[in-house]
Amino acid sequence: MTTEAVAPLLVIRGLRIEGRAEESWHEIVCGVDLTLHRGEVLGLIGESGAGKSTVGLAAMGFARDGCRISGGSIEFDGIDLRAASRSVRRGLRGKRIAYVAQSAAASFNPAHRLLDQYCEAPLIHGVMGRAEAEHDAVDLYRRMQLPDPDEIGFRYPHQVSGGQLQRAMTAMAMACRPDLIVFDEPTTALDVTTQIEVLSAIRDIVDQFGTAAIYITHDLAVVAQMADRIKVLLRGEEVEEADTRTMLAAPREAYTKSLWAVRSYQRDERPPPPDAETPVVEMRGVTAGYGSLDVLHDVGFRVHRGRTVAVVGESGSGKSTAARVITGLLPPSAGEVLLDGVALPPDYRRRARTQLREIQMIYQMADTALNPKHRIREIVGRPMAFYLGLRGRALEARVRDLLALIELEPDEFIDRLPSELSGGQKQRIGIARALAAEPRLVICDEVTSALDQLVAEGILRLLDRLQTELDLAYMFITHDLATVRAIADEVVVMKEGRVVEQGPKSAMFRPPHDPYTELLLSSVPEMDPDWLDRLLSERASGVGGATDAPAARP
Amino acid sequence: MLQMIAQRLALGVLTLFLISVLIFGAIELLPGDIAEEILGQSATPETVEAFRRELGLDRPAHLRYLDWLGGVAQGDLGHSLANRRPIADLIAGRLANTLFLALYAAVIAVPLSLALGILAALYRNSLYDRAVNVFTLSSISFPEFFVAYILIFFLAQSGLFPSIARVTPGADLADKLHRTFLPALTLTLVVTAHMMRMTRAAIINLLASPYIEMARLKGVGPARIVLRHALPNALAPIINVIALNLAYLITGVVVVEVVFVYPGLGQLMVDSVSKRDVTVVQAAALIFACAYVLLNLVADVLSTLSNPRLVHRR
Amino acid sequence: MESPITVWQAIAALLAFAAGAAVVAWSFRAGALALAPHAVARVLRTAPLTASFGLVVILAYVVVALLAPVLAPFGEREVVGGEYLPWDEVHLLGTDNLGRDMLSRLIYGARNTVGIAFATTTVAFVVGSVLGLLAATVGGWLDQVLSRAVDVLMAIPALIFALLLLTILGTSIPNMILVIALIDSTRVFRLARAVAMNVVVMDYIEAARLRGEGLGRLILREILPNASAPLVAEFGLRFCFVFLAISALSFLGLGIQPPTADWGSMVRDNATLITFGDITPLLPAGAIALLTVAVNFVVDWMLHRASGLKE
Repeated sequence: MTTEAVAPLLVIRGLRIEGRAEESWHEIVCGVDLTLHRGEVLGLIGESGAGKSTVGLAAMGFARDGCRISGGSIEFDGIDLRAASRSVRRGLRGKRIAYVAQSAAASFNPAHRLLDQYCEAPLIHGVMGRAEAEHDAVDLYRRMQLPDPDEIGFRYPHQVSGGQLQRAMTAMAMACRPDLIVFDEPTTALDVTTQIEVLSAIRDIVDQFGTAAIYITHDLAVVAQMADRIKVLLRGEEVEEADTRTMLAAPREAYTKSLWAVRSYQRDERPPPPDAETPVVEMRGVTAGYGSLDVLHDVGFRVHRGRTVAVVGESGSGKSTAARVITGLLPPSAGEVLLDGVALPPDYRRRARTQLREIQMIYQMADTALNPKHRIREIVGRPMAFYLGLRGRALEARVRDLLALIELEPDEFIDRLPSELSGGQKQRIGIARALAAEPRLVICDEVTSALDQLVAEGILRLLDRLQTELDLAYMFITHDLATVRAIADEVVVMKEGRVVEQGPKSAMFRPPHDPYTELLLSSVPEMDPDWLDRLLSERASGVGGATDAPAARP
Repeated sequence: MLQMIAQRLALGVLTLFLISVLIFGAIELLPGDIAEEILGQSATPETVEAFRRELGLDRPAHLRYLDWLGGVAQGDLGHSLANRRPIADLIAGRLANTLFLALYAAVIAVPLSLALGILAALYRNSLYDRAVNVFTLSSISFPEFFVAYILIFFLAQSGLFPSIARVTPGADLADKLHRTFLPALTLTLVVTAHMMRMTRAAIINLLASPYIEMARLKGVGPARIVLRHALPNALAPIINVIALNLAYLITGVVVVEVVFVYPGLGQLMVDSVSKRDVTVVQAAALIFACAYVLLNLVADVLSTLSNPRLVHRR
Repeated sequence: MESPITVWQAIAALLAFAAGAAVVAWSFRAGALALAPHAVARVLRTAPLTASFGLVVILAYVVVALLAPVLAPFGEREVVGGEYLPWDEVHLLGTDNLGRDMLSRLIYGARNTVGIAFATTTVAFVVGSVLGLLAATVGGWLDQVLSRAVDVLMAIPALIFALLLLTILGTSIPNMILVIALIDSTRVFRLARAVAMNVVVMDYIEAARLRGEGLGRLILREILPNASAPLVAEFGLRFCFVFLAISALSFLGLGIQPPTADWGSMVRDNATLITFGDITPLLPAGAIALLTVAVNFVVDWMLHRASGLKE
C-alpha cells in the first residue's frame, strides 16, 4: 500500500443521490465510497440502472436535471465539492476535472467548429491564449492519431466520423491538462473495429500525461484493457472492488461471477440439414436500395428449419436491409425471396395472409415494438385472432399458454401495459407476439443489444429452447460476435451490402478467414488485460494481417 | 447549398402562382351566377349584363385569368366594381400606410421579444419567468380589439395619444409616429407575446441536449451557455417565428386599422368585403398573400444559412 | 376630460382580480380533489393554479351557455328601454345602442358565440385530423397531394383568405362556419399528420402492417390512441383561434349578424361609449378574452404534462 503515503486525488464517502420520478424522489445511488489516486484509472462497471454515470458525474460535483446529491462527501484534491460555491465548482470543471461523453456526435455543439470548442475551456479558465490553445490542439489531435491534425479542427462535428469525434473529444478533455477525466462509456456507440482505435488512443494519452481517470462502461472486456482497478456497481450500491487482474481471475461476489459467466454461454452447432431439404426462406441474388442508392448487392443465403443463421456486420453493412427485403417492406430491384421454394411477392401488401403469418419479426427496441396503449392480452392475442380466428375463451387460453411458454406468470402479466414491464419482459412479450402467429421463420433484429448481459443471456436461452420445441428457423441479425458464438448454426458476414463470407459457425471461427472477417473477429475485446497490447503489437508487425483502414475513413 | 436556395425560390414562385390561381378562381367556386348573386334579386337584367361584361364573364376562365395576371404584372389591378376607379390608385397610398404601421410595430416588437425571450430562458422557472408566462399567455388570448380599446381607454382619454390615427400625407415623421402610436402599440403587444414565448421555447428545448451538458461540464457559465451554445442552434426556429409574426403584422393589421380608423389596406379590404367589391378584395388578398409568401421565403433561406450542416457539406 | 378610472386603480383592480382568481382556483381544486374519483384526483393534483382557474372559468361558461334563458333577466332581442342607459338596479349593465339589456345579451352571447365557435372547431377538427391521419398512414401520392394542397392554402393568411371567401359566398353564419372550418382544418391537418408521422415510424406500427392489418384498424386502434394527447391539446388551441377569428369577423361586421347577440358585434355596436369613459363595451371583449385565457391555461398545463411524462 505505497499509495497511502500521498493524499488521494478524489475521495468520495457515503455518496447518496436521488432522482425524481413521478412527483417523488427515489434514491438511485445509495452510499458509494470511492478513492482515486493521481495517475490511476478506475473502471466503474455495472448494468443499466447501476448508477455508474451518476457517480461519475458526481465526481465533478454535478447532478443531472432531475437528480440531486443528497448525502455523503466528495473531496477533490482537498476541495469539498458539495460545500464549494457554484463558481468554485465551475472553475474546476473543464480545467482540473474533464468529461468525455458517450456520444461524441451529440455532445459536440453542431454550430461550432471543433477547434473553437477545443479552445473554449482553456480560454474561459484563463489557462492559455487563443493562439497557444490552437497550437496545442493540433499537437493533441496528432497524438490522438487523428488524420490531418492541422486541418481537422476547422471542420464542423457533422463533417467528422464517430470514431474521430470521440478522439477529438478526448483531446478536448485534455486541453487544460486536467488531473482527472471521467470517461462515460466513450466507445459504446462505436463499431468494434473503430472501438480499438479509440481505446488505444485514449489509453496512450492517459499514460503520457499521467492523468487519473474514471472509466465507466458496461463492457467487462473493455474495462479490463483500460483500468488499474475495477469497481462493480449494482442498483446504486457497490458490489466489490479489486485491482483488475485479481478481479478478472477471482471475483468474490456471486453477482460479479454471474456477469463473468455470461460471456461464456455457448451452444454447439446443430448438424447440417440434408441436401435435399427445401430451405424455409431463401434470398437469391437480391439487390435493393433506397432511390438510386443500392444498399444490397447480389445478396443470397438460406435459412433451414430448426436452424439459426446469424447475419453479422457493422453498422451500414446492410444486414437490417436484408431483413426488410424478406419481410416485404423494401421490394428489391433484382433477385427474389423464396418461402418453401416458392417466390414471394416482393411487396408485403401483395402477400397472402398465410405468407405474412409465416415470417415474423422480433425488434431491437422492445420499447418501440409494443404499442404503449395496448395491454399484453391484446398485443399477444391479436395475431391469434387475426390469423387463426380465435375468439373469447379459446383466445384467452392460448394467450395464457404463450405467456407461460415465455416464462411470464399469466395472471400477473395478462392485463399489464408495456410501460409496466422491465426491458427483458418487454422483449419476451415481443417474442410471444411473434410466436402467436405460429410462424416458420422468425427474424431477430439485434434483439439483445439493448439489454443488459444477464437479461440478454436469458433471452438467448429462451429463444434457443423455443427453437428446439417449435422447430423454428431463425434469422439472427447482430453485430455482436459473442451472440453469434452463443447461438448460431450458420454465419453470414456482410460488409457494405455484400456477403463477404458464409458457412457453418465452426468453420467461421477457425482460420483461414476472409480479411474482413479476420479484422472483425480480432477486434472483439477479450477479458484478458493484455489483449489490447498484444493485438496492437501484432497489427503493428503485420501478423494480424489487418490495419485500421476501415474506420479511418470519414 | 446554392442549389437548395434556388429550389426554395422556385418553390416560392410556384406557390405564388398557385395562390393567384386560387384567388382568381375562388369566384368560380360559387354555384350559379356570380353576377346575380352579388347584385341581388332586385337587379335588372341590364345591370346584370353590364356587370358580367365588366367581369368578363362571357369569356372562358383561363383567358380571363391570363388577362388579369398580365395586368397585375404591369401594375394594373383592374377597376373597382363599387366606384369604377382603378384599384391601383385606391391601393397605392393605403399600402404604404399599412407597411408603415407594420414596420413601426416590428421595430419595437422584434428586439423586445428576443431580449425578453432570452431572459426568460436564462432565468427559467424563476418568478420572472412564471410571471412572464402568465402575462404572455394572457395577451395571446386577448382579441386585438380588446387590447386596442383598453389602450384607448387608458391612454387616449387623457389626451396623451389620439384614438383616431388620422395621417395626412404631408405630416412629419415625429407627428406620424405620435399619431400612430396606439395602433403600433396594440400590434406590438399582440405579437411580442407570441414571439418571446417561441424564442424561450426554442432555447429551452435545446437545453436538455448532450452538448449543453458538455458545455456545463467544461465549466461554462449560464449566460454563455444560453448565448453561445443554445442560441446559435435555435436560430432557425426563431427566424421562422419572427417571419411568421412579421407576416401577421402585415395581415393582422385589419382589425387594428378598423378600430383606429387608420387609412390602410386592411380597412379598404373590410369595406370592400361588405360591399362585395370582388375585384378590390382580390387585389388586396393578392398583395397580402405575396407579402406573406415572400416573408416566409426569406425566413426559409435565412434559416438554411444559419445551419452549418447545410452550409458546410461533408 | 378626467377619466373615471386611473391607471393605478386599474392595476389595483387587476391585482385584486388575480388574487380573487387564485382563491377561486385553489378552492375549486381543493373541492374537486375531495369529490372526484381517485384517478381524476391524481391528475388534478398536478394542476397548477392557472389550470384550475382555467377549468373553473370554462365550467362557468358552459353553465351560463346552457342555462342562458333561465339566467337572463330579459329576452335576447327584446328592446327594454332607452339607448345607452347607464348601469342601475333594473338593467345591471345598462342597455345597448338599440335599448336592449346588456347583461341579457352578454348571457345569450355565451350561447351564440361560444356555441358557433365550438361547432366550427369540431368541423375543422374532424376534417383536419381524419385527413391528417390518413395522409400519414397511407403515405405515397395521397400524402403528397393533400400536403401540397394544404401548403398552398396555408400560404394565404387566414384572415385575408376568410375575407376573400366571405366576399364571394356572402356573409352568413353557415358560410362563416364553413369558411373558418376550412381554413382551420388545414392547420389541424398539419399537426395531426406530424403527430401521426411520429407514431407511424414506430416498430409496433410496422409489426401491425406486416401482420396485414387493414387501414381502419391501423388508424383507429394502433395510431389514434398514441396521438390523442397532442390532438386534444390542439383542439383547445384551435378553439381559441376559431373563437378569436369569429369574434374578429363579427367585430368587423362580417360574422354573426344582428339581431343575434354576439360578443364581437356587441363591442362594435357600443364602441363609442369607450371614448366617454364607459367600460361597458369592454365587457363582451373581456368575456372573449377571459375564455381564451382560460382555455390556454388548461392547454398549457396539458402540453406541459404530456412533455413531462415523456422524459
